[in-house]
Amino acid sequence: MLTVNQVYKTFNKGTINEKKALCGLSLHLNPGEFVTVIGGNGAGKSTLLNMIAGVYPIDNGWIKIDGVNISRQPEHCRAKYIGRVFQDPMRGTAAGMEIEENLALAYRRGKRRTLRWGVTKKERALYEEKLKILNLGLENRMSSKVGLLSGGQRQALTLLMATLIEPKLLLLDEHTAALDPKTARTVLDLTEKMIVENNLTALMVTHNMKDAIRLGNRLIMMHEGRIIYDVSGEEKKQLHVSDLMAKFEEASGGEFANDRMILS
Amino acid sequence: MNGVLLAMQGAVSQGVLWGIMVLGVYITYKILDIADLTVDGSFALGGCVCAILVVEKGTDPLLALVIATAAGMAAGAVTGLLHTLFDIPAILAGILTQIGLWSVNLRIMGKSNIPLLKVDTIFSRIVDMLGVKQSAVSLVIGILIAVLIIVFLYWLFGTEIGSALRATGNNEDMIRALGVNTKISKLLALTISNGLVGLSGGLVCQSQKYADIGMGTGAIVIGLAAIVIGEVLMGKLKAFGSKLSSAVTGCVVYFLIRAIVLQMGMDANDMKLLSAVIVALALCIPVAVGKWRIWKSYSEEGPTC
Repeated sequence: MLTVNQVYKTFNKGTINEKKALCGLSLHLNPGEFVTVIGGNGAGKSTLLNMIAGVYPIDNGWIKIDGVNISRQPEHCRAKYIGRVFQDPMRGTAAGMEIEENLALAYRRGKRRTLRWGVTKKERALYEEKLKILNLGLENRMSSKVGLLSGGQRQALTLLMATLIEPKLLLLDEHTAALDPKTARTVLDLTEKMIVENNLTALMVTHNMKDAIRLGNRLIMMHEGRIIYDVSGEEKKQLHVSDLMAKFEEASGGEFANDRMILS
Repeated sequence: MNGVLLAMQGAVSQGVLWGIMVLGVYITYKILDIADLTVDGSFALGGCVCAILVVEKGTDPLLALVIATAAGMAAGAVTGLLHTLFDIPAILAGILTQIGLWSVNLRIMGKSNIPLLKVDTIFSRIVDMLGVKQSAVSLVIGILIAVLIIVFLYWLFGTEIGSALRATGNNEDMIRALGVNTKISKLLALTISNGLVGLSGGLVCQSQKYADIGMGTGAIVIGLAAIVIGEVLMGKLKAFGSKLSSAVTGCVVYFLIRAIVLQMGMDANDMKLLSAVIVALALCIPVAVGKWRIWKSYSEEGPTC
């Protein structure tokens, strides 16, 4: 499915702000794997997702999806394989456009855009049906501007948009971090439901260790641009937050996990 | 009194023809969220190309308009390529093209202005055919073309490509993640926009019967003024088609204000200052009012409700 091989990425190379974000990272995902990614600040979690999505070019190594080498493809070309939900709820939707227009844009992800109408009547029925799954009443507000929705609603909509055309890979970059706990839970439940029901392959970055253990069927921990712990199956189910804490301390040489990871 | 009415009629027809330029500015400023300064250059380019073709080459005035449009599109594409391929900020890319076009326009015309007195224009043809007044013909043709373009833009921005263009102005990250090359979107929008500006330049040139190297100076400010005036007057209208119409209406109102001020005896050279003041005020007032409301609504005690 997804293979990341010996990928390196350094930001601000040769300057005082040089930051080695990924150091020879390798990762292989099988179809249907739902992987949670944890790690401290600056561990390279978001960079990993951005490299796969093509936001910045990688320095060395290669990335393949279903055997296709996408290492040097621009971001918009990779979009046909990848659905994405960002941390910032504002980033995943177009505020000045209607809900149905946003969905119509997502419905054409990775397809050639033509001079046919942007939203057709037939699609509207489909969108209405899909919006009902969110259980937020958005199906009655399809011609409302997305800018009128709350952060949680927008994030749920982005999630729907990312999976509207089944992606080969779903990338979730701390997509509930900017939401209040209750809304975060709703969006997370929705995420799980969509991934499990459609048997999607997904990478989900989270700061919440409980969520990382509870969700998905594989967990990886990153530190300083490398994967330092990779666990799946029964072993993952038996994990506790304390185990992860121990791993984390071990990796970072006794340096304690940041507050955000402990408190959430 | 008759003179005033005539001046007003002239102002309206001028406003409509310039309104086509405003539609071009609307695409970049409102839809793509780019302030494109190419406009000053591409407007004059449209006029110069049109004048030289009609006067020196004997080209059909209608075909000359098509070529003026194409020239404007090329100018927009230059700005677009500078901006997208080489990441030059849009404002700077526009300025570079605009400055370059000044020389290009002089080269095209060979001198700083060309009168079209003795040649056919699309307006004079209809005047000859129907025997009506030139100003009336300008107005009717102007409105006809403006309506056609509004319909065209309404259709275009409703299509899949058009939706992608709107989304590019709205949220670039999002639409790139959905597989749209935003560089192409911007290039396309700048090209279409400046095509309309070039067409408008050609139309204005044929209607006023001369082209001048300075005819585009300040066009972008007129464009912004027209959009802002249109929003102030018809801001309640939310449909895309009516927003485009209000931009053209704003342009007509701008030229009416201008005609009135000139009738009142203001120096034509002060017009640019007036334009700048209109735009500045229109942009400042909503901000100032908003801040004042927040300031006024504060009280130390809790809310009274």
